[in-house]
Amino acid sequence: MDALLKNRRDSRNFYLLVALGLLVVAAGLAAAHYMEEYGHIVTGMNNQVVWGMPHVFAIFMIISASGVLNVASIGSVFGQAPYKARAPLAGLLSIALLAGGLTVLMLDLGRPERVIVAATHFNLKSVFAWNVFLYSGLFAFVGIYLWTLMEKRMNSWSKPAGLLVFAWRIILTTGTGMIFAFLVARQAYGTALLPPMFIVMSFAWGLAVFLIVQAAMYGWNEMQLHPAILKRLKNLLGLFVISVIYLVTAYHMTNLYFARQSAFEHFILVDGGIYPMLFWGGYLFVGSLLPLFLIYFPGMGGSRHVLAASILVILGSFSLLYVFIVGGQAFPLSIFPGYEVTSSFGDGQIAHYAPSLPEILLGCGGLGVAFLITTIGVRALNFLPRDAAD
Amino acid sequence: MKRIQAVLFALALLASGAAFADVTVPHLDVGKGGHCVNDPKFMKLNHGDLLKHQRTITVHQGVRGRYSLEKCVNCHASRVNNSVLGTDRNFCQGCHVYAAVKIDCFECHSSRPETVSETLTEIAK
Amino acid sequence: MSEELDRRQFLKGSAMLAGLAIAPGMLLYDLAHGRSLNEPASSAVRWGMLIDTSQCESGCDDCVKACNKENGLPGGTRPTDEQWIRKVELKDMRTGKATSLPMMCQHCEEPPCVDVCPTGASFRRADGIVLVDRHLCIGCRYCMMACPYKARSFVHEPLHDQKPDVPRGKGTVESCTLCVQRIDRGENNTACAEACSKAGHKAILFGNLNDPNSEISKRIRTVASTQIRADLGLNPGLHYEGL
Repeated sequence: MDALLKNRRDSRNFYLLVALGLLVVAAGLAAAHYMEEYGHIVTGMNNQVVWGMPHVFAIFMIISASGVLNVASIGSVFGQAPYKARAPLAGLLSIALLAGGLTVLMLDLGRPERVIVAATHFNLKSVFAWNVFLYSGLFAFVGIYLWTLMEKRMNSWSKPAGLLVFAWRIILTTGTGMIFAFLVARQAYGTALLPPMFIVMSFAWGLAVFLIVQAAMYGWNEMQLHPAILKRLKNLLGLFVISVIYLVTAYHMTNLYFARQSAFEHFILVDGGIYPMLFWGGYLFVGSLLPLFLIYFPGMGGSRHVLAASILVILGSFSLLYVFIVGGQAFPLSIFPGYEVTSSFGDGQIAHYAPSLPEILLGCGGLGVAFLITTIGVRALNFLPRDAAD
Repeated sequence: MKRIQAVLFALALLASGAAFADVTVPHLDVGKGGHCVNDPKFMKLNHGDLLKHQRTITVHQGVRGRYSLEKCVNCHASRVNNSVLGTDRNFCQGCHVYAAVKIDCFECHSSRPETVSETLTEIAK
Repeated sequence: MSEELDRRQFLKGSAMLAGLAIAPGMLLYDLAHGRSLNEPASSAVRWGMLIDTSQCESGCDDCVKACNKENGLPGGTRPTDEQWIRKVELKDMRTGKATSLPMMCQHCEEPPCVDVCPTGASFRRADGIVLVDRHLCIGCRYCMMACPYKARSFVHEPLHDQKPDVPRGKGTVESCTLCVQRIDRGENNTACAEACSKAGHKAILFGNLNDPNSEISKRIRTVASTQIRADLGLNPGLHYEGL
């Protein structure tokens, strides 16, 4: 009787979750339609800050989509059993997050009806063109990888498939970093440090997402994660968070050393208003130091602490991305070094950007797509990580 | 079963009869008209292809002599409302509404000829 | 007798040869000075500008007004409004010297905007003009991120009443076209240069950088000029004097 009641309750809860997801996705689609109908004037983006809130959401999702596969790679490529059990869930999350991120990016385009043009005309020098292949490839290869993991007869192929996925996602995340690294003229970008930084960010944020979803699934199924596995996973998260701090520090320290970059760094770190606030408060304190405390401090490190740490890491990631993407554009381009400039086009001035509701709804819509794919996926197929110790 | 088949067959015949009705085929206002870049039959079938490929040559190579959307509009803009859009008798809108093929050319391109005076002087004549 | 005939033949032959030798040169002359509408743009020409900032008057924006009129731009200055050309007021931070100049797409030889465009909508025409093929533009704005001169604008609203020879629309990116519609018609001058001349400043000189005898080539050989952000190695087609 208990089991029957639980089944019914689970069924009802599942449909409630799906309904919630559909609602969020519908709001996102409505926002996209509104943007397409009236033009981007209804958003906060303008000719100075051309990429805004939707891109913060989208890039978070795309970076996490790649990083979440780390769990799978450590299993399939490096052969560690607890991670191997988690590989299918990681694969599903990767597909879900990538789908969500791409939804936001494609719907934010000035002409979203022209994605067909983007899929048929390629300028092979453009990272965006490479991304069309890299992202579709990831969907395909992760799909194949999932098949090798979940179809018993194909299990022997899971190592080569896992290796392919591992290599592909490193290339993909490098590409995401190169989107910004290739922008020679912008003081915030144009550095070769960005691809490695994005890779390490993907490790941290992907694992954080994985831990949250895993905790939700375990909670739903009234299961407990084995303490030894929790310890390994949390230490890994801690290691990745430290690595991101390392690369962010290297980035800023190098910039601070160049006299021509000092005004920009001063803006981001000291007097830029929202940007220093989000950097120090949002990313460093809430998104890095607090999670490290929750992970490593004696007495911490329990499953609730780890869940909280993961959520904080994600809040920190949004803060960092906002500072990087929007802050990097808000600071004026240095077109005439050594001169003070003014013009009717915002030269020499800090650009103002305020996220608008359509943008936020669109971003959330992407999260909703990822959520729906994950929820329906884990209900339909066997993604729950089952450890041998159980 | 046989009765249902018979009824469906009869309905199909009746429906096909509508194909011969021809009451909604657009009668276009061809504007100034005159000598086109190709004959009407060719243009009816191939203007889409021409537009799609010729526009690349025009934009990327700057060849503007013979084919030009601006020139199409100059000749085919209705003398009544000075446009190729606006009513279902206008040159572009007429057929495209009939065939339900949405075009987005005129989101960017002007649907009116260069100078209003050109068409008005024609009407005045 | 036969010698005379030979001489006549020789003279005829050499006259023909001379004619043949000059003919290609005359053809090039034609190409440089206005190609017909049916001819494609050619790399024998490189359109460029020489802008004399010492002649540019602070507060004057005739070039901007002329560009707006020629291209059907509404001329607004909200952060979402398109500006193909803008006047920039500069003050040297060390010396205090004030300068004024017009800023627009620099029509680089190695345009970053062309490199990053995923569909190839942003491209450099054979004669040096950097354009956006708005049939291919998907509105991703990556080129706007890449441009070192902030030359490009995104169209944030639906447009109406575009000029027939300057099609432009919502959701695509645009920038100075060096009045390509004029160039292709053979009026080898841009609206801004023309307006500046009319205003008496003559700060903007437009012409063919590949023709050593053009006014711009002759002047650029004699005065000190520079390219903006020359350190980036993009070799823009616009040169500035007095910076």
